Amino acid sequence: MPRRRTQRPRPAAEPAQDMVSVRVRINGVEYSHVVEPRLLLVNYIRDVVGLTGTHVGCDTSHCGACTVLVKGLWGDGWMAVKSCTLLAAQVDGKEILTIEGLAKNGELHPLQRAFWENHGLQCGFCTPGMIMAALGLLLRNPNPTREEIKWGISGNLCRCTGYVNIIKSIEDAAKEMREKGVTI
Amino acid sequence: MYPRKFSYVAPSRVEEVLRLLKRYGDEAKLLAGGHSLLPMMKLRIIGPRVVIDLKNLRERLSYIRDGARAVRIGALTTHAEIELSDMLRREIPLLPETARLIGDMQVRNMGTVGGSITHADPSADWPVAMLALNATFTVQGARKRLVPASKFFKGPFTTALKPTELLMEITIPKPPKGHGWSWQKFERKAGDFATVNVAVIAIPDGKSRVKDVSIAVGSVNPVPYRATGAEKMLRGKRPDAELLKSTAEAAAEPAEPTSDLRGSAEYKKWLTKVMVRRALEEALSRAGIPVEVVQHA
Ligand SMILES: Cc1cc2nc3c(=O)[nH]c(=O)nc-3n(C[C@H](O)[C@H](O)[C@H](O)COP(=O)(O)OP(=O)(O)OC[C@H]3O[C@@H](n4cnc5c(N)ncnc54)[C@H](O)[C@@H]3O)c2cc1C
Ligand code: FES
Ligand code: FES
Repeated sequence: MPRRRTQRPRPAAEPAQDMVSVRVRINGVEYSHVVEPRLLLVNYIRDVVGLTGTHVGCDTSHCGACTVLVKGLWGDGWMAVKSCTLLAAQVDGKEILTIEGLAKNGELHPLQRAFWENHGLQCGFCTPGMIMAALGLLLRNPNPTREEIKWGISGNLCRCTGYVNIIKSIEDAAKEMREKGVTI
Repeated sequence: MYPRKFSYVAPSRVEEVLRLLKRYGDEAKLLAGGHSLLPMMKLRIIGPRVVIDLKNLRERLSYIRDGARAVRIGALTTHAEIELSDMLRREIPLLPETARLIGDMQVRNMGTVGGSITHADPSADWPVAMLALNATFTVQGARKRLVPASKFFKGPFTTALKPTELLMEITIPKPPKGHGWSWQKFERKAGDFATVNVAVIAIPDGKSRVKDVSIAVGSVNPVPYRATGAEKMLRGKRPDAELLKSTAEAAAEPAEPTSDLRGSAEYKKWLTKVMVRRALEEALSRAGIPVEVVQHA
């Protein structure tokens, strides 16, 4: 009998990958990298792309210092998220806005200006996250009550200001954004 | 803080997810919103070898659908989508209110109702609300099965879900129009998990009596429970303050809380009574059932 080579089943290709490609648009600029899947979005933004305005405070999803906006997570709007609790791989293909993307042609965004004018910061560590959370709130609710503002930024901690001037800043900015029709 | 190394896959079909679960078994974890999974992976409490990201199933599994008798919610629907749903605010207001008090805006933008239910943290909010509403969970493995909320939660972080199954949908029967409801969540600070959380649905009979009532209590036992004894005490009754007090006491009876950062066992047991009474008062008043006030010396 002629010996037939038995065909061994080939092991199926491993579906899960050790490296993943991430292509995102941050503040209007396209970036594309191959990264470890465990890379967190905040570390991607800070260490890979080099935008260090987004801060890491607690690194445990409590303080909000790492807040950025992501577009089209669901629906097609911008959404505030804590980038220390997201994998870069989760936002592949998405648009991202960080604090560096707010000023246009050297002019501060109404939120930035309002924080400056109302003394809405002291050390400034919480400010990028605070402003991005406020923007996420105002895009959803352009005319919030003071209570709604407090509720909207309840995921952002500030160890300096006592929040009073932060809330004032957001109220001011909301007014200006409504009057001038400014969003992002 | 980085999670342990893992490999990653983001399938776009349910069948693929099920195949991957079978292939990797215990080594794999599903990733929905990641707001329970990633913190645990970062703290190295768990370290799955494979992460199966469900993000490409959002189109299929994220929806809120109104039906004649029930509302169906896809497992990947976020807390925020439920919070912002006008239809739910009209039909089952307990749901958007439960959502509104979860974590903070950023957490609600990512976290999903299905993730919270399958994660089954003893202090989580959705399991309590779903228990009060008699929800049913649709689970897909080799075959599809329906598991009522009352049979789903088995212990802390343990459910009736098999490692090869996916939670697909939550079906919530609509309480009748004019029902009363209450969501009472006691938290130490904004955004914290509950110390005690209580959901009540009260259905009036149109003659100032309680036709039906459901009381669900969370955070004080390994799994949330229905206070069936207390429910019985109220059915068919025209309640007064005295009855509410004894009902709340009965509802807290099964609670066996443990002392931790959120308070001592005694405190939590006491708090359970208080929260149930507040929930009953609010739900009955929303149902238009007057509570006769009994004067105490
Ligand atoms: C700062 C902070 C505050 C919070 N506060 C609260 C709070 O007040 N109340 C509260 O209830 N929760 C709270 N949470 C938890 C939050 O609600 C989580 O979003 C939720 O518990 C898990 O949902 P997820 O989509 O993020 O799931 P993931 O973290 O992605 O997954 C959790 C688990 O469920 C499994 N899983 C997910 N989806 C499915 C599915 N469809 N089928 C089968 N298995 C699945 C995963 O494998 C994993 O084991 C908080 C979280 C944070 C970070
Ligand atoms: S760093 Fe504190 S929430 Fe992300
Ligand atoms: S200004 Fe210092 S933490 Fe907010």
